[in-house]
Amino acid sequence: MSDLLIIILSSLGALFILLAAVGVIRMPDLYLRISVTTKAATLGIGLLLISAAVYFNEIGITSRVLAIIIFILLTAPVGAHMIGRASYFSGVKLWSKSKEDDLKGKYHPKTHELASGMNKTDEKNESEKSN
Amino acid sequence: MSVYDFLYYIILPVLALSTLLIFIRFLIGPTLSDRVVALDLLLTTGIGIITIYSIYTNQPAFLDIAMIMALIAFLGTVAFSYYLDKREKNE
Repeated sequence: MSDLLIIILSSLGALFILLAAVGVIRMPDLYLRISVTTKAATLGIGLLLISAAVYFNEIGITSRVLAIIIFILLTAPVGAHMIGRASYFSGVKLWSKSKEDDLKGKYHPKTHELASGMNKTDEKNESEKSN
Repeated sequence: MSVYDFLYYIILPVLALSTLLIFIRFLIGPTLSDRVVALDLLLTTGIGIITIYSIYTNQPAFLDIAMIMALIAFLGTVAFSYYLDKREKNE
């Protein structure tokens, strides 16, 4: 019973990691690659770690595995957001077939502040100039 | 076919194949950000390989190394994005 569970969990985990690897190769754009890395690889690693917890079947190892899973679940979105933000500022292009760039013109070019639209940043610049 | 054979002859080769595919992206990635993302995914796959190897050798002490590797992957990504941000501001 435990063997069957280990086989199922590790097969699904390895399959998801393989899908993440194929996605990193095949995706046309940096931002789509970041999306693949964050979602599929996190799920695959979580399944593999749960299969290790099922195999050892001790409370200490299960808590260790849960700590690793929670750490990965917390840090993967933060890291993906940081690298995506930095590469958007450093001018990495979107895919040529993507329809719309929602962030275009919403970041202040120098200070990297996020505003809701072009008009608001213009008003801000004018008020700074008047001051 | 026991669990050990299954892990050794099917799961570990699949993980090795995905490591090779990610390493191709690490080599050809057009920008530095692509390489950072591929490095993050390489370390994440390394955590999976360590986990399977700890089942295969029946030594749970390897899971500590997996935890440290997760920490290093996160710190590396944060440091690289901070550096990219700084470099873009200086130019």
